[in-house]
Amino acid sequence: MDGKILLEAKGLYQEFPAANRKKVHAVSDVDLTIYAGETLALVGESGCGKSTLGRTLLQLLPPKAGSVIFDGVELTTLKKKALKPYRRQMQLIFQDPYASLDPRMTVRDIVAEPLETYKICATKAETTEKVKTLLHAVGVPEEFLHRYPHQFSGGQRQRIGIARAIALQPKLIVCDEPVSALDVSVQSQVLNLMKDLQVDFGLTYLFISHDLSVVKFMADRVAVMFLGKLCEIAETRDLYETPLHPYTRFLLAAIPKADPKDREREKNLLQGEVPSPIDVPTGCRFHTRCPYATEQCRREEPPLRAVGNRQVACFQTEF
Amino acid sequence: MNDLTLKIENLSAGFFTDRGYVPAVDSVSLQIPKGQVVGIVGESGCGKSMLARSVMGILKYSGRITGGSIRLCGQELVGMPEKKLRALRGKDMAMVFQEPMTSLNPVVPVGKQVREALLLHEKMDRKAAKQEVLRIFERVGISEPEKRYNSYPHQLSGGLRQRIMIAMAMVCKPKLLIADEPTTALDVTIEAQILQLMRQLSKETGMSILMISHNLGVIAQMCDQVYVMYAGKIVEKADVNTLFADCTHPYTKGLMGSVIDLKENPPRLPAIGGMVPNLLHLPEGCAFAPRCPYASARCQKERPSLLPIAQGHECRCFERGLG
Repeated sequence: MDGKILLEAKGLYQEFPAANRKKVHAVSDVDLTIYAGETLALVGESGCGKSTLGRTLLQLLPPKAGSVIFDGVELTTLKKKALKPYRRQMQLIFQDPYASLDPRMTVRDIVAEPLETYKICATKAETTEKVKTLLHAVGVPEEFLHRYPHQFSGGQRQRIGIARAIALQPKLIVCDEPVSALDVSVQSQVLNLMKDLQVDFGLTYLFISHDLSVVKFMADRVAVMFLGKLCEIAETRDLYETPLHPYTRFLLAAIPKADPKDREREKNLLQGEVPSPIDVPTGCRFHTRCPYATEQCRREEPPLRAVGNRQVACFQTEF
Repeated sequence: MNDLTLKIENLSAGFFTDRGYVPAVDSVSLQIPKGQVVGIVGESGCGKSMLARSVMGILKYSGRITGGSIRLCGQELVGMPEKKLRALRGKDMAMVFQEPMTSLNPVVPVGKQVREALLLHEKMDRKAAKQEVLRIFERVGISEPEKRYNSYPHQLSGGLRQRIMIAMAMVCKPKLLIADEPTTALDVTIEAQILQLMRQLSKETGMSILMISHNLGVIAQMCDQVYVMYAGKIVEKADVNTLFADCTHPYTKGLMGSVIDLKENPPRLPAIGGMVPNLLHLPEGCAFAPRCPYASARCQKERPSLLPIAQGHECRCFERGLG
């Protein structure tokens, strides 16, 4: 990380229509900075808006309000055509390796598609050569070039999805739960591969995950999301050693530890469930589950503020 | 041996497909003492769900039990007529599935679905059954039980649906609860609540649990005994403390290595190379040999058997004791 900002989002909002003229407030007032070369993880429980935020940053979903500056260029005001050269610099790796590859295309055609769309290679043969190089980089044997997705295991499919994502040498890859559909032993292989590729291709990752162990391994910095808002942003080590926001603390405490001698979780469990993003609680969005909530938390929404070299959205002053 | 809730001996089960017989469960023996939580850990396709479904007698598609015995409190289940089996299901043994949305009926209020077991097995009248359902709802931590009784599954969150499933499984106080990846579809904070609930219920009622999971964290938190399964076979069996402190089989070691330590920060994760073998074309020797860093010439040729290596600790490996 050289401290150069690759992407900066400010005051980002995303909403979807719901029944009875209500709205699902999926992303609310999010400020986020991604530095070139880093892995920034976005963690939170299902429905907290982390995938929506990822897609909004990529302009796959046009934001309701706010700005996204990528490599010095404001993306939200660009027209479709003007956006195209930036799209190739931002790619996506999907969660489900079964649903994200077209079952009627061969591996060669899947990985070649972005190359052909952007007319990277002059001839078909050249494209095929490039595809072979990419498959080699992700560890899929060349002889599988003309096979179809259903002939591969989940781990291999995810490798193919990764080859497609890096084909255009993007600057930023949004990885949306890239390993949560994989078995543990395969998960490690794919995570190692992603780390290697990051170095080899100079990639920046926005790593979306609900799995805090995976995030610990992958991320340089972590942003914790709750009900459409960021509640803590910190360097990975700081976050895991001394989580500040109560929600972060509960999340970390809830991970089932792979140690039968460490069965103490009864003491510190988060009660209740995530409130609805349609009827967002007043004040701090976490106050309905927070054991430390005060009158102020119920009335006012805490802003994301700097505490040392990290940011926390909580009124509590002493941590 | 009456203190055993479940005793499985040399159970084999598999699918008959166009391309041949798939031996999903191969000579598995397993015992669950009363009140204990026994775990089966393994990756997708290792046969762990097939084993659970064999016990319940609800194998899918062309699945059949091809040999062995399953005894629930001394009663043989293999070959039992469907009618008798149906009288046991939901009463003496019950199952919680991974995906609560697909295992609940979407057009029947959840309270009525839970009540069904009481009407059927306990011959209760509707009023008494409803009271009992409300009591069990409260017990499994469902707030506003009266209101939830008439809710439909789609109106509930994933955590609540799984609580309904557990309530449904628990309502007739079964001797054996089979939980097949009960928290895999849930968020961590909800997962922690559900695991805690299951552990409490087991402690209070003396119910035995067969806990199936791929998550070693869940296994470590819940189980007394653990069986590790690979390609249809048990490859290691030990009590939970021994397994986590001193596992022996290279596959178990590989699984343990894949668990990301929250305290340390390795530059790379230890990974098991290769992938799970195709059950239609199992290797001639040990099924794990193609992925095993310690495999010898013998492992490629012969199949090792499950042998005791210490009190209560069994392992299926020729090269056990290796580093």
